[in-house]
Amino acid sequence: MAIPNKAMGELKAVKDPEVEEREVDILIVGGGMAACGAAFEIKKWMAPGQSVLLCDKAAMERSGAVAQGLSAINTYVGSNAPEDYVRMVRNDLMGLVREDLIYDLGCHVDDSVHLFEEWGLPIWKKSEDGKTLDGKKGQKMGTLKAGATPVRTGKWQIMINGESYKRIVAEAAKLAIGDENIIERCFIVKLLLDAKRENQIAGAVGFSVRENKVYIIKCKTMMVACGGAVNIYQPRSVGEGKGRAWYPVWNAGSTYTMCMQVGAELSMMENRFTPARFKDGYGPVGAWFLLFKAKSLNGLGENFAASDAAKAELATYAPYGTAAITPTCLRNHLMLFEMKEGRGPIMMDTVTALAEIGKTMDKKELKHLESEAWEDFLDMTCGQANLWCATNTEPEKKNSEIMPTEPYLLGSHSGCCGFWVSGPDYDWVPDAYKIKADNGKVYNRMTTVNGLFTSGDGVGCSGHKFSSGSHAEGRMAAKQMVRYAKDHADFKPALKESKEELVDIVYKPVRTFLEHSQYTTAIDINPNYLKPSGMAMRLMKATNEYGGGTATFYQTTSKNLEIVMDLLQTMREDSEKLAAGDLHELMRCWEIYHRIWTVESHLRHIQFRKETRYPGFYYQCDHPGQDDKNWFCFVNSKYDPKAQKWDIFKKDYIKIIPD
Amino acid sequence: MPTYVIQEKCDGCKGGDKTACMYICPNDLMVLDPNAMKAYNQEPDQCWECFSCVKICPTQAIEVRGYSDFVPLGSSVMPMLGTEDVMWTCKFRNGLIKRFKFPIRTTPEGAANAYKELKGKDLESDLLSTEEADGYKVPRPKGL
Repeated sequence: MAIPNKAMGELKAVKDPEVEEREVDILIVGGGMAACGAAFEIKKWMAPGQSVLLCDKAAMERSGAVAQGLSAINTYVGSNAPEDYVRMVRNDLMGLVREDLIYDLGCHVDDSVHLFEEWGLPIWKKSEDGKTLDGKKGQKMGTLKAGATPVRTGKWQIMINGESYKRIVAEAAKLAIGDENIIERCFIVKLLLDAKRENQIAGAVGFSVRENKVYIIKCKTMMVACGGAVNIYQPRSVGEGKGRAWYPVWNAGSTYTMCMQVGAELSMMENRFTPARFKDGYGPVGAWFLLFKAKSLNGLGENFAASDAAKAELATYAPYGTAAITPTCLRNHLMLFEMKEGRGPIMMDTVTALAEIGKTMDKKELKHLESEAWEDFLDMTCGQANLWCATNTEPEKKNSEIMPTEPYLLGSHSGCCGFWVSGPDYDWVPDAYKIKADNGKVYNRMTTVNGLFTSGDGVGCSGHKFSSGSHAEGRMAAKQMVRYAKDHADFKPALKESKEELVDIVYKPVRTFLEHSQYTTAIDINPNYLKPSGMAMRLMKATNEYGGGTATFYQTTSKNLEIVMDLLQTMREDSEKLAAGDLHELMRCWEIYHRIWTVESHLRHIQFRKETRYPGFYYQCDHPGQDDKNWFCFVNSKYDPKAQKWDIFKKDYIKIIPD
Repeated sequence: MPTYVIQEKCDGCKGGDKTACMYICPNDLMVLDPNAMKAYNQEPDQCWECFSCVKICPTQAIEVRGYSDFVPLGSSVMPMLGTEDVMWTCKFRNGLIKRFKFPIRTTPEGAANAYKELKGKDLESDLLSTEEADGYKVPRPKGL
């Protein structure tokens, strides 16, 4: 059949791109919630003469994890105590968290939520008689800031009408920082250290995914906040459905890889998040459990989580397992136990839940309840709504299956991997939690590299920030960057690499492609290079089979880890031969490169921690159970960019907030 | 659930200053074929089904078809994004249709207060600009 296929890749890459060189005081890398927080805050502190630039891989209006919208803000402290916020996060993450960072965040997060509401985000309210009002009708109750009562689904979550959440937050961010200080569709791929000052960030290099152009940007200080890592483990759907990741599929581990490669110290990279969600569509379950009080049942119709056997199992993970709220990983653990014992599938009993609530409701209220259930999906996981439609699932008539997904790496949701950053400079914060910069000063949220900050998914040991906390943390980092730039006004960043060398690095996949693509008749199959899509599948196959993916019920062993580390080594070597024929593919080359490094650090940490701290998220089968005697500590690691060697070590956990 | 573009409806945004779907897609999937002046999804298996392109398309030319891995044919979910609300039409495989309307914002587009005139005072404090303006004090952990 000699029918020509449609040519893919409208934006062909050329060998020698245009180069744009910029120099600013402050660089913000990323465009999601944290970067929008930084963009909103930064100019309020900048002095005349200071300059800032923001680079986003996509368009800020719909970039990052909140692109699609959200149906809730998961962190709003309100009338709760920030100390209790620390206790909740600590318990959910099995005891090992940075309490200084979490407390600090808990003190600032509400200010961001109040701004969201002022900017126009509809937030549900309780009426005087305790009824639920949506964000539009609820306006008559006044604002949260003025004391109105939100609709809580748990102690910390509040319900919103959040389809346009990101658009609203981005609008304020863009207005505040100014369009002239934003480059969209600019993918920063590598950070650069200063040529003269040891361990000092000096800039970054990236490229446009819209035109053949490389950006070389020098700066005194920088925040990297490009989200977590997705599609690092083989997803449960491997065809078209591999885009249906739970976390945004475009989060490529760029935050972790870029910062680790310049020597920033990582912490708790062994921690991962494996959310249990509605099967295949990955729709949220939080509202079903918390708002509609639905139960999950095993294949025999039993409420297994309430059984004596489950309680006994949880007791082996005391005090976390016996706390009022069962940690997320242990809820998975119970579910996996049922599945492995042959008592699957696990079903969300939506039918009983809605019938129960419906008993006290009139027709109009019932209609509203149905609408709330659908909005939960339509606001943040439209595809789940379509899956219900395609399978004729009306939740009041038919239950839906739930299942743990493939693993994800992140630091802002219910996971806590990321960088070891400085805490705030309060007297109650232990010295070991403060990072002193070259001038002896402490800069909140700075990594161990001078001038390099992160926030959101980038900050380790401090999960449960979610959208609002990431925004607030970006603002906190922004203020510190202005302070850092002011304190280092005399610092003139100088790059080690020449302009030509940097272009060589960034455009290497393009040049590899152009050099070899004529050798074979089909451009995707060539012995001299590998296309990123193939490398992506290779990475996901290896992690899935050996690194504790879904294939093995999240189990791995020391021997399996040895094998996967070998595989990753060859992947790193082969990634030198990635090839890109167009700008979209060049983006994919760099993303898979970022993913490989990120996964390697994840598995290196799992290899080092000889216990199973998070049963339900992963199992190190040679070291089952928790070993508090030896492992009640953080695990940190550091890549030395000069020696190109890894160091991995324990770091003391310090309890600040009493039980 | 990869997006698809309906031939007849897509005009490549030729009257606009940019191709809307190409501008908005967070994963750089939607591209314009400049010869045909039609957009298409260049990598359907990386589509997050976020509906950003569906919502922004000025001619309603973009819809979604469920992932072939696990979604049966015959359903559809379509948003109509207004300035204050979004209207969803959810069509079941068996023909059942449900419609929902949810608020999306309570202020006019472009009206978000960016506090452009606000200048922070104390760079050494731990207060955010609006917290400082409100006279907020960061509480010390109880008992410490």
